[in-house]
Amino acid sequence: MNLVINGQDYHDIPVGITVAGLLDHLELPRKKIAVERNMEIVPKSTFDSAVLSDGDRLEIIHFIGGG
Amino acid sequence: MTPHDIKRYARHIVLKEIGGPGQQALLSAKVAIIGAGGLGGPAGLYLAAAGCGQITLIDDDIVDASNLQRQVQFVHTDVGMDKSIVMADTLKDLNPDIKVIPKSERLDAQNASSLLSGHDIILDGTDSFETRFIINEAVLRLKLPLVSGALGRFDGQVAVFDAGLETPCYRCLVPETPPGAETCAEVGVVGALAGVVGSMMALETIKLITGAGETLTGRLWIFDGLRAESRTVALSKDPLCPACH
Repeated sequence: MNLVINGQDYHDIPVGITVAGLLDHLELPRKKIAVERNMEIVPKSTFDSAVLSDGDRLEIIHFIGGG
Repeated sequence: MTPHDIKRYARHIVLKEIGGPGQQALLSAKVAIIGAGGLGGPAGLYLAAAGCGQITLIDDDIVDASNLQRQVQFVHTDVGMDKSIVMADTLKDLNPDIKVIPKSERLDAQNASSLLSGHDIILDGTDSFETRFIINEAVLRLKLPLVSGALGRFDGQVAVFDAGLETPCYRCLVPETPPGAETCAEVGVVGALAGVVGSMMALETIKLITGAGETLTGRLWIFDGLRAESRTVALSKDPLCPACH
């Protein structure tokens, strides 16, 4: 299936992949980021169960904490 | 309002979203700003100018020369002085009608509730995730709205949390301190970004107080300064949030 991640098209993503699976696939550190799916933040405790759908638009948001 | 108030706040009063009642609400509002730095500076300056009735400034830091590139509430002769005390004087000069209370102490788990209670709105412009978590837990206990801002490099984020049972809190977004969390001292921050993000925090606070428009409650505003782009996304309550579930 196809996903759009940070505005970039990704093809050949396995059907049924979860948010956690995708982050592992992309080698992204899950503790440092939030994932936005179709304009809504995915709660971190649901990363393992949140199954992505063909055509989902995702943004990887890095936490910042400076002031 | 006195004739003096009507003249001073004329540009607010003429706005249909603020008007006389909104300005009256601003004059009666009590806000606390934690962190008198890059975000607390512009947020405090604009809220003081707006006639926000009482502003408590909480920061135990002293002005360092490296702050002056972005913390425009300070001048070079302030280096070495208490941030909260210097900034309180600046805000009182800007608007003698308001009350400004400097608290030159570090907010921690022990003093958070007593420092923050009695205010209407809390603004978090601190530079540590641990302090952000303590503030989040305090506003949940006290059931106070939180305007949360953050900076790094060329990026800014602002969100509003309303301490409601069904709405997300800060830790629904950031459950734990990100490993290797970067500070502005380590990775840098472009000075003018502090003005953008701190002013956004002041604007959201003014909207909360006056009821104007739609606030960022339950939403996250993400500003990418390098691309000059921003997005606003919906936050979700995390069913396993360590702070609010």
